Amino acid sequence: MSDLVLTTPRILPLARPDARSEPRILRCLVIGFAITFLSVFVLLPLILVFATALAKGASGYFDALSGPETLSAILLTLTTALISVSANLVFGLLAAWVIAKFEFRGKTLLITLIDLPFSVSPVISGLVFVLLFGMQGLFGVWLQQHDIQILFAAPGIVLATTFVTFPFVARELIPLMQEQGTQEEEAAISLGASGLQTFFRVTVPNIKWGILYGVLLCNARAMGEFGAVSVVSGHIRGETNTMPLLVEILYNEYQLVAAFAVASLLALLALVTLVAKTILEGHLEGEPANDD
Amino acid sequence: MTIDVRNLVKRFGAFKALDDVSLRVDDGELLALLGPSGSGKTTLLRIIAGLDWPDTGSVRFDGNDALSRGAGERNVGFVFQHYALFRHMTVFENVAFGLRVQPRAVRPGEDVIRRRVKELLDLVQLDWLSDRYPAQLSGGQRQRIALVRALAIEPRILLLDEPFGALDAKVRKELRRWLRQLHDEIHVTSIFVTHDQEEALEVANRVVVMDKGRIEQVGSPGDVYDNPASAFVHGFIGESIVLPVHVVDGQVRLGETTLALDSQGSAAGPSKLFIRRHDVAVGPAGSGLLEGDVRHVRTFGPTQRADIALHVGGGETVIEIDAPRDRGLKSGDVVGLEPRRFRIFAGA
Repeated sequence: MSDLVLTTPRILPLARPDARSEPRILRCLVIGFAITFLSVFVLLPLILVFATALAKGASGYFDALSGPETLSAILLTLTTALISVSANLVFGLLAAWVIAKFEFRGKTLLITLIDLPFSVSPVISGLVFVLLFGMQGLFGVWLQQHDIQILFAAPGIVLATTFVTFPFVARELIPLMQEQGTQEEEAAISLGASGLQTFFRVTVPNIKWGILYGVLLCNARAMGEFGAVSVVSGHIRGETNTMPLLVEILYNEYQLVAAFAVASLLALLALVTLVAKTILEGHLEGEPANDD
Repeated sequence: MTIDVRNLVKRFGAFKALDDVSLRVDDGELLALLGPSGSGKTTLLRIIAGLDWPDTGSVRFDGNDALSRGAGERNVGFVFQHYALFRHMTVFENVAFGLRVQPRAVRPGEDVIRRRVKELLDLVQLDWLSDRYPAQLSGGQRQRIALVRALAIEPRILLLDEPFGALDAKVRKELRRWLRQLHDEIHVTSIFVTHDQEEALEVANRVVVMDKGRIEQVGSPGDVYDNPASAFVHGFIGESIVLPVHVVDGQVRLGETTLALDSQGSAAGPSKLFIRRHDVAVGPAGSGLLEGDVRHVRTFGPTQRADIALHVGGGETVIEIDAPRDRGLKSGDVVGLEPRRFRIFAGA
């Protein structure tokens, strides 16, 4: 996501050099460079994805998407995202609530731990689960004795995705809740509200846009995660392939149309995410603390 | 409802916010907790409300233990310093909140809630704001909404934390008078916290002066002003002239000079002489106990405020006094000063 902001230069009524702005030629050069850069590195690849996906026409595109392997990958991706986003919504809310509203020992450690998945390479995150649940792993033997399959199966993929996407909701909510403080909650309690009533009637409404924003980013990452999932998936076709993994397999087998058709779905998801993100950011700005 | 607070101690880490505080509040009283910031007044208020718990000590309402009950079960209305209105709710919903969260068995019906909220909003003449959000209100309006929101649960005790602290001077004055009137009407036992002595003296029946987690004095507004119990109270309430003196053999000494003042039984050693600014009679040179040069004069409406360098103590002791404007002080004058009333407290 580029934070580059392009501002249109103000056209001055008089053609005299203005002390407040750079020469016209320099402005044109800088803006031209920025636009060219964005076009080559962002827009062009995006167009290429869709162009290649549609190389054999609309029917070729839909044929590629309706194959059983593709459908299974889409289903697995959606299920994984649904479970891990829900889990992270609950964990993230809890963690943010605890961190923002209470003082306790080890709080800084907890905040650091929440950030861990961001600072570790996704491949390492995947390997951690192999070390935990693999045959030579910590729980490997016990799991095999009880005939529970985690690695190279859907549970492993869900676990890895949840781990990698854990920080999104919590990270979004912690500063927001810290800024809002605890006064409204105290007011609710003193008016006789129970803990649950306070949470659902006061806390949640105050952070609802923040929650949606966190869920959105969490979901985008959950559906697009490659590294960690690749390690734990086992790449069993039609069973443990998510969409990003399927794209890679199809591409390696020179099935370009199919690969890019699946990739175009992920690209569409990215575009929808971007639009939703922009809308949510508008709401988030309109949700400041009203305490002076 | 009476409130009986006994031997409260509360520490935040190494900081002692409350240091053995005991206080009794009578039914229907309007009590002010007055003190500088960090004196423990807000902590005491929050403990009574159930928003904080003491390390040791007891709080009783009408003789019944309050500490075993949570904030929601104490039936205490609390008005927060920054109002803490629910920002995502309209004014109407803010006031209705306390009724809506009641257990289903006792919760009033929707029409009763509507009528009750309307009555409360009428009470503060803000019925026309019921569909607005807190962010759309002025400070004074938010303050009054916060107050009726607390009153909606028909509290037996009303607690207000710096209720007028965030308002400008004019609105503050209006709301002060209004709070006084409201209390006369509804007569609920009320405690408010303030660091503004004028507010405390004007609004309250009784004033509790606090400093460093301890209660320095409890008394009527007239009492704490006229008969301060400690050097702190004298210095904190009203404008005082403070002179460092020595009490030796029952005599009061300022520098090398012995003043013709009664030591008021103060123990020998370094002490402080307190005189209210307006308790100093300004006369011609040689007319009073003390003499000094007028250095600088400022005029505020009917009074003059003058810096006077005293002749005792090497001429470097400068005090500030108030004199009527028609006294016509000019810088360079030599004046005599005679304290009409004074207090001496032992201690450096």
